[in-house]
Amino acid sequence: MRKHAVVLLLLSQLIVHSQNCNYTISGKVIDLHDGSLLSGATLVVSETELATQTTLDGVYTLSNLCNNTTYKIKVLHSSCQTKIFSVKVTGHMKRDFRLEHHLEELNEIILEGKAYENTTKTVLENNVSKETLERFSTGSMGDALSSLSGVTSLNKGNGIVKPIINGLHSSRLVIINNDVRMQDQEWGVEHAPNIDINSIGRLTLVKSAGALQFGGDAVGGVIIVEGQKVPVKDSLYGKTLVSAASNGRGAIMSSHLTKSFENGYYATVHGSLKRFGDFEAAHYNLTNTGLAERNASLRLGLNRFNHGLEAYYSFFNNEIGILRASHLHGAADQVRALSSNTPLIVNDFDYQIGAPKQQVTHHLARIKGFKKFENFGKLSLQYDYQQNNRLEFDIRRGDDKDKAALDLKLDTHTVLLDFDSNSNNAIHLKSGLMARYQNNFANPETGVRRLIPDYKKYDLGLYLIGDYKVNDQWQIEAGARFDYVHMDVYKFYRTSFWENRNYDELYPNIVIEDLGTQVLTNPNLKFNNGSATLGAKYSFNEDYHLFFNYALASRAPNPSELFSEGLHHSGARIELGDLSFKSEIGHKISATLQRDHESFSFSLNPYINTISNYVIIEPTSVRETIRGNFQVWEYRQTQAQLIGIDVDAAYKYNENISSTHQLSIVKGYDRKKDLPLISMPPISTRNEIKFTYPRFHNLKMELQSQYVFAQNEYPNNNFEVYIPETESTETVDISTPPSAYHLLNFNSSIEFKIAKKSLLTVGLGITNITNTSYRNYLNLQRFYADDLGRNFLLNLKLNY
Amino acid sequence: MKKQFFIYTILILSLVFTGCSDDDPPAPVNEEEVITTMTITLTPSSGADIVLKHVDMDAEGPDDPIVTVDGVETNQVTLATGTTYTGSIELLNETEDPAEDITEEVAEDEADEHQFFYVIGSELDVTTAYTDQDEDGKPIGVEFTLTANSISSGDLTFILRHEPNKSADGVADGDIENAGGETDIEETFSISVE
Repeated sequence: MRKHAVVLLLLSQLIVHSQNCNYTISGKVIDLHDGSLLSGATLVVSETELATQTTLDGVYTLSNLCNNTTYKIKVLHSSCQTKIFSVKVTGHMKRDFRLEHHLEELNEIILEGKAYENTTKTVLENNVSKETLERFSTGSMGDALSSLSGVTSLNKGNGIVKPIINGLHSSRLVIINNDVRMQDQEWGVEHAPNIDINSIGRLTLVKSAGALQFGGDAVGGVIIVEGQKVPVKDSLYGKTLVSAASNGRGAIMSSHLTKSFENGYYATVHGSLKRFGDFEAAHYNLTNTGLAERNASLRLGLNRFNHGLEAYYSFFNNEIGILRASHLHGAADQVRALSSNTPLIVNDFDYQIGAPKQQVTHHLARIKGFKKFENFGKLSLQYDYQQNNRLEFDIRRGDDKDKAALDLKLDTHTVLLDFDSNSNNAIHLKSGLMARYQNNFANPETGVRRLIPDYKKYDLGLYLIGDYKVNDQWQIEAGARFDYVHMDVYKFYRTSFWENRNYDELYPNIVIEDLGTQVLTNPNLKFNNGSATLGAKYSFNEDYHLFFNYALASRAPNPSELFSEGLHHSGARIELGDLSFKSEIGHKISATLQRDHESFSFSLNPYINTISNYVIIEPTSVRETIRGNFQVWEYRQTQAQLIGIDVDAAYKYNENISSTHQLSIVKGYDRKKDLPLISMPPISTRNEIKFTYPRFHNLKMELQSQYVFAQNEYPNNNFEVYIPETESTETVDISTPPSAYHLLNFNSSIEFKIAKKSLLTVGLGITNITNTSYRNYLNLQRFYADDLGRNFLLNLKLNY
Repeated sequence: MKKQFFIYTILILSLVFTGCSDDDPPAPVNEEEVITTMTITLTPSSGADIVLKHVDMDAEGPDDPIVTVDGVETNQVTLATGTTYTGSIELLNETEDPAEDITEEVAEDEADEHQFFYVIGSELDVTTAYTDQDEDGKPIGVEFTLTANSISSGDLTFILRHEPNKSADGVADGDIENAGGETDIEETFSISVE
């Protein structure tokens, strides 16, 4: 066999030599990120003596190359990562090479030594590009994530944006922010992740529970937020971003500065401010939808080859106004709101943020160290502390007017010990331990019964994940995790509810005090959750890859599902939890066929997620109160199944024009009742055409079309209510999804080099160009008002 | 080095798990805003008062409200033809002890942000009139008159709106259609004029 190979090699040499070797390749060396031309880059043709440098305009020419021969060309540049390109010569050719250039994104040795590496090997991970993050700088992380296929968002207005991955959201998603699992009361549908979009260096999406190192309960998937990486060299650089938007008449400002040293020490400071007034729908003002946000973070660290230490602190604070017209009491108000085409309250534009509103403060502090042991692996230890304080203000009466109706403080301490083995090149093992203590304190001073009770929660987890590279084609991955969850809760139940639910007979032992109209109970809930992943990746060749993954996830019910018992104002409904819930268990099978190619790439990602003990909330009755009738929604566990496919494609027509295409389909069913699940994202498709012209200030223009179909499968939760004013019985239609809609967006940018190391990028964007009036099925505000109208955006970014 | 890591782990863990150990059960919440009781007193020019009462001690809890007329569990009210009744409404929060008088908040402190409406069924021949005013001269509706005209029967619904638009068309005359705001109270009685 070996002999044959040698003969073949010799033959090929002969062929090469018999060829014409006076061909040239010429072109430019371009910065991958901003398209600027790189001067002084060196190009070396491997196994030959050919080499050249780019001119001041970034142009190069390599001559004396042989026809029909594949060369490996190494491209080097002082501030870029060296890259090797494989080029087949067919006549005189033009070929441009792109390098990673930005200091802020340097892929050099970094604290982890492996950050920005895939977290799972057998699930295709999606990244939100830096450009997209900057384009959404005035929005939120949820908005930016929605640019990926399979991701939509559950909104309340446009200030509260929760990502939905393949139909699942809230507690079913795990969000990792700078290696810290966010504990920000993610259970509520109106609680958006408390992360500043402008602090994100890299945003990764794993549409599977397979990333077990982060938790075993990611039934829907994992979102990973990472900070900017810092190079180990003497440097000082920064970025300032200012964006202004016409809709909401507001702006953001974000600034970032990094100082690093050759000896491994570094420091990064970041701050951002955001302020908006009332947003506007196509034809009216959305009264009281203004928002304000203040964020800051500081990172200090030491990064050496075999050890490192990093301290990180971030502060997040926001205030979000909630559409005034969405605050309702009772079914009669709901009928009025639903039958009106415009919101019941529309005032003139204002920057004032009044009730109803939310105010959230999130502190996150983390210290992390690692030590590498030769031929053994890397050990890292992390401690993090988070405090989340959520205040919600309602329309109230009397002395309580300015008092929060909800005041929750959630403190979380976590210790993580991880070990990453590298003793074997083909086998990679990761294992770890996690211990967490959480304390929720519901302030009784609100004068409103606690929505979420006081509790202490203890978590212990351990995991082991391994991947094995069998050969160039096959890679397999397997992992398992165990979590123990203990909740020690103090909950006041209304005596009437306690008895109505038969809890007085089922759980007589947990009552510690009977106060007449209410009982104080002390439930102690324990959950043992197992989770696992098994997957394989097969590479047909350089371009085609097939990923297959099975993930088992177990999620303990959250406090809202267990303990809700009362009126939810913004939904004008009474919500009731259930103390007897078991862990939700999801089985997700997903496959991805990917073609990764420069001119035409695509991926097809079908999946099926079968979830037992799936917690849903649904209406069960109508309850009479002094304020009129309210619909009662009760949590229930069922067997659910979500089936879907995400399709991505990108085509490059020529050097300047390319297009990208996305299609997401998900269908969710309650298999026990044989009904569609509520709030499933409708089918949507997004198509974008992009024109780039690097020679003229790296000009970029994009036109995007987004078509969202009407959701045709939904459960009928309508109910009837008698309206005395009209002496008629009216149907309250809270089920029918809104019609399909089509939005057009435009985005452009142009760059100016204003000093040796400074680059100014000016961007102009328009969203909803046609000022279409539309309502989004996944926006809780859709019952009361249209979604956002046209918006002009101006971005100024200065890299220095 | 490895040893140190474990020592640190244990140190931090022990800190975490001992640092927080206040095991006092939480205090119950005083529900300050709840209206549990609405009492409507109708006083004729001569004869006994009629007392309509709505009591819901568990607010949004599963127990239905108890509606009584003159102490009897019913929502049937009989009025005498040709009689004008002077009406007054009292609102209480009886979850507090002693009960908190909410009427004060509604009719005095925040009179401009509240208004009662009396929605009369089309079959019922009664008329109502406001007899109180807020500082802007707009009605509040805690004090009113109810005149029973001819023999008839039908529903009379008492609706309290929070933050209505008192200047909207017809609102000052008791027409709820353009009032807006949120419903704080809605209770229907079945009236017969005999």
